[in-house]
Amino acid sequence: MSSFPYLSVLTVAPLVGALVVAFLPRSRPQLAKVVTLVWSLGILAVTVALWIAFEAGGERLQLRESYPWIPDWGVNFTFAVDGIALVMLMLIAVLVPIVILAAWHEADDSGRSVPVYFALLLALESTMLGVFAAADVFLFYVFFEVMLVPMYFLIGSYGGARRQYAAVKFFLYSLVGGLFMLAAVVGLWVVGGNTFDWQALTQIDMSTGTERWLFLGFFLAFAIKAPFFPFHTWLPDAGGTAPVGAGALLVGILDKVGTFGILRYCLPIFPNASKYFAPLALVLGVIGIIYAALLAVGQNDIKRLVSYTSIAHFGFIGVGIFAFTTQAGTGAVLYMVNHGLATGLLFLVVGMLVARRGSALITDFGGAGKTLPVLAGVLFFAGLASLAMPGTAPFVSEFLVLIGTFTVNKPIAIIATLGIVLAAAYVLWMVQRTVQGTPNPALAEVEGMRHDITLREKVVVAPLIALIILFGFYPKPITDVINPAVQATMQDIGATDPVPTAITEAAK
Amino acid sequence: MEYAQATGLLGNVWLLVAIPLASAALLLLLGRRADRWGHWLGVLAPAASFVLGLVLFAQLSGLENKSVELSLWDFIDVFSFKVDFGLLYDPLSAIFVLLITGVGSLIHVYAVEYMRHDEGRRRFFGYFNLFVAAMLLLVLGNNYVMLYVGWEGVGLASYLLISFWYTRPAAATAGKKAFLMNRVGDAGFAIAIFAMFAALGTTQYDEVFNGVGALSSGLVLAIGLLLLLGACGKSGQFPLQAWLPDAMEGPTPVSALIHAATMVTAGVYLIARSNPVFSANETLQTVVVSIGALTLVIGCIIGCAKDDIKRVLAWSTVSQIGYMFLGVGLGGGAYALAIVHLLAHGFFKAGLFLGAGSVMHGMHDQTDIRRFGGLAKHMRITWATFGLGWLAIIGMFPFSGFFSKEPIIAAAFEREGWTAWLFGGAALLGAALTAFYMTRLFVLTFHGKPRWTEDIKHPHESPALMTIPLILLAVGSVGAGFLLSTSVPDWLTPVLPEHGEEAHGVLSHTVITILSLLVTVLGAGGAWLLFRNGTQEQEQPAGVLVTAARRNLYADSFNEWVFERPGIYLTRALVFLDNRGIDGLVNGLAAAVGGGSSRLRRTQTGFVRSYAMSILTGALVVTAAFVALQLGWLV
Repeated sequence: MSSFPYLSVLTVAPLVGALVVAFLPRSRPQLAKVVTLVWSLGILAVTVALWIAFEAGGERLQLRESYPWIPDWGVNFTFAVDGIALVMLMLIAVLVPIVILAAWHEADDSGRSVPVYFALLLALESTMLGVFAAADVFLFYVFFEVMLVPMYFLIGSYGGARRQYAAVKFFLYSLVGGLFMLAAVVGLWVVGGNTFDWQALTQIDMSTGTERWLFLGFFLAFAIKAPFFPFHTWLPDAGGTAPVGAGALLVGILDKVGTFGILRYCLPIFPNASKYFAPLALVLGVIGIIYAALLAVGQNDIKRLVSYTSIAHFGFIGVGIFAFTTQAGTGAVLYMVNHGLATGLLFLVVGMLVARRGSALITDFGGAGKTLPVLAGVLFFAGLASLAMPGTAPFVSEFLVLIGTFTVNKPIAIIATLGIVLAAAYVLWMVQRTVQGTPNPALAEVEGMRHDITLREKVVVAPLIALIILFGFYPKPITDVINPAVQATMQDIGATDPVPTAITEAAK
Repeated sequence: MEYAQATGLLGNVWLLVAIPLASAALLLLLGRRADRWGHWLGVLAPAASFVLGLVLFAQLSGLENKSVELSLWDFIDVFSFKVDFGLLYDPLSAIFVLLITGVGSLIHVYAVEYMRHDEGRRRFFGYFNLFVAAMLLLVLGNNYVMLYVGWEGVGLASYLLISFWYTRPAAATAGKKAFLMNRVGDAGFAIAIFAMFAALGTTQYDEVFNGVGALSSGLVLAIGLLLLLGACGKSGQFPLQAWLPDAMEGPTPVSALIHAATMVTAGVYLIARSNPVFSANETLQTVVVSIGALTLVIGCIIGCAKDDIKRVLAWSTVSQIGYMFLGVGLGGGAYALAIVHLLAHGFFKAGLFLGAGSVMHGMHDQTDIRRFGGLAKHMRITWATFGLGWLAIIGMFPFSGFFSKEPIIAAAFEREGWTAWLFGGAALLGAALTAFYMTRLFVLTFHGKPRWTEDIKHPHESPALMTIPLILLAVGSVGAGFLLSTSVPDWLTPVLPEHGEEAHGVLSHTVITILSLLVTVLGAGGAWLLFRNGTQEQEQPAGVLVTAARRNLYADSFNEWVFERPGIYLTRALVFLDNRGIDGLVNGLAAAVGGGSSRLRRTQTGFVRSYAMSILTGALVVTAAFVALQLGWLV
């Protein structure tokens, strides 16, 4: 047992960093940037140490810490991680420095404080780490809601056109979901014997009706956050308007709080209700895959397009979670990690193109590969990862979700598989209209379009590309950590993998 | 069935894939720094794999059961689903390795010269090497997931190379079309893999083949049909044939290597590799035979009506692969016959395409055969090598097509009852039509009076780097057929069913041989008579059949009206619905909660009020829920 309080340090350290950066003089933006970057790299180092301290085959929740907060209500600062939370923490720790480097010049011309922008990014990291590290339902809820605040200001103050509309929409949407969850949290406290401890709550008995209502309270909040169809319409606005750094974290990490919440809270605490509502969730998931993919095809704004692809991907994750097999479950968690890397990369490279062109409209591009061959190549690679090309990490997760779902629910798996054709359609059509074809004459007059990828941008995309290829061929380091946690979750709901049909038939 | 572990020299089989992959990575990552020497690295990589392939081939033939497996690492390991990143080196994959790297190396050499003046030559070789690596992985994988990985990999390389000249809208569109139509097939292939896992708990070849007997015939049929869908997509077979002719937008060496000699035959490989599955269900085999027969006739009919030298060759590829599907569908000994035809076709079709490239090279990239004519005098080597390829593809004795195609026709006649006449008849008809359109192509290009465009004064022969591969491939067109047809079926017996005693079909083998030679001579003679004096330089009005053939038998129109247009309208309708419907509903709700949508759009002041309002509403909801729970209303 390690005595180092990894999880509380991970949660508090970015917040301290945020405070330091926020009070740096506005006249020295470069200092703020460097401090933020170094700070986030330090957090990455702590997370690597945490990964090493975690025992893959050991107890389900590890590195537990607990400090009293509101004793009268039984609220504690309890932190602990399972394999699922661990990989998400690692994803955050890897993505944040990359995003900071990608957003290096983003606040320069906003007319607003540069240090505050970077402080907000660190504050966001703190809440994101906290939400995955929490093992107390109330603490989780607090992080879940507080997370909105830095994101709200990032979008509302540093975003593009219509940023106020998008920020408010994002905030209200999440708030409504959060309120349903608050109601459910309170209800859970009542029926659970006045405790918010996750471990204790997984053991309680409740009546069928209560369980279903409380499940829905949590599920609705998570479905909005993820977002699942039909609760998705905030994401294209938020993703389309958010500054690139915040947007990459929004689609790369914030979304996963929803699916993580389902895995951590809905399934173990409400196993019967989860099974009861699973068909509904599967149908919503598969509708999301097809529906969002079709919508992505029809977008003319690249950032909105990426947001819709993200909704389609979350359809896959939803299907994987509610199929209740180990392959689909592991696939869903792996999908969360891979989606963070792949869609994060896609969002960042799209941001590089948009910054050069000064427009996110696809029709403003055309033939851009002629002057920006390397950026076009990176865009294409990110697109390939997004359509789950074998050799890139998302292939493994999508394949696991589909094969695991097929063993228990063939129609859902087959319809979801059609999504891979649509994924190819939206990616390739986007690539065709932006970087291929006859160069758009308007591009010749745009100074930015003459400069291909810079060294800073190379440093941004290189680690993501390397990780996507590495996990595309060797996903074992992640799956070994996820597998036990998924297995435990499947045991919570009493699901077992089906035996191959040829073997069952032979036994007859 | 079980495979031994690879040891000693055979343990290096992974290098076959790794060498071209490493070369591709270098060429693509080094960028302009590698521009001066990149193409030579690009040639060296497949050549090195070829040499290694020869050494390993010799090793393999010395083994008793001629099959070894090499597990590299755990690719996917999630409870009961385990996928090995493993290779299987057996007679079938070994012979494919030689085809891919051998013909591939020749085409790489040719491309050094062909792409000399293209500023993207290094990038071209990067993609080309990537293709070779993916194709080798496809044939060397020891389970269906690995096959799928290679399968998608060659699809990617094919896309990159078709749209290589990406600033041309036609090239970009053709690449996308190829990728999408392939993905339709791939979805079927993927579902077949899911079904195997659901039924047998494995995707390893040996375990799947051993388990086929335990499956219900309905399930075997379903898995087989899904695999077939994948095979049709990759191999340009009906109903997924429309992408292949458009793929000719890519540089000609690409057409030769990917869209003639190797990648498009992957569907044949898939079916041959899965022969225990396909042989287990007769209905399934009949479906494969029908698709093969139908496609070979479709390809011939359209081939007769095309005037673009590369498109004619493309449709002839569709048609020749139809013969291969016919072969693998017939089952039994015909599996090996299909592989023989595949190999022979690899040589002569690659030669024909490279010959076409050589013609285009000398004619300012003209591809219209109505504007060629009389080139035999100006391009002796191209003329001679193309001529040998032409004799090979039409199946003239003693060229290679005769030894590889005629046995398939004979095998079709060995079927029971009226289907022998149907499929055998289709194959014979195909032979006649092939002779006709290939002769038309040959005569219009090389003989008769010149019908060149004004800008061409002196067509020239291509340089040695292009003609040497042509000569070597032509040697293959002459000799390969006889050699392959005598040795390959025996070599393949551990993998494919043995050729049994010759069955007695509706016609004797001698009669079929005479018949197929007769229709070939008739078809070729007819075309010679019709086109020896050239043809009109512009398109002429034509009857219903020719017009239909010119329009690819309306397959493109069908796709456009049934899939593309409705798809676009559906997408537009959904975008509208999502903005106005779902989002409108939500905004309305938000407005109700927040106190008017105008405030939503206003700045901070409006927001604070609506935020307060939301908190109030939320608090009410929470309290209500809390009370309700306490009172037990909801329970």
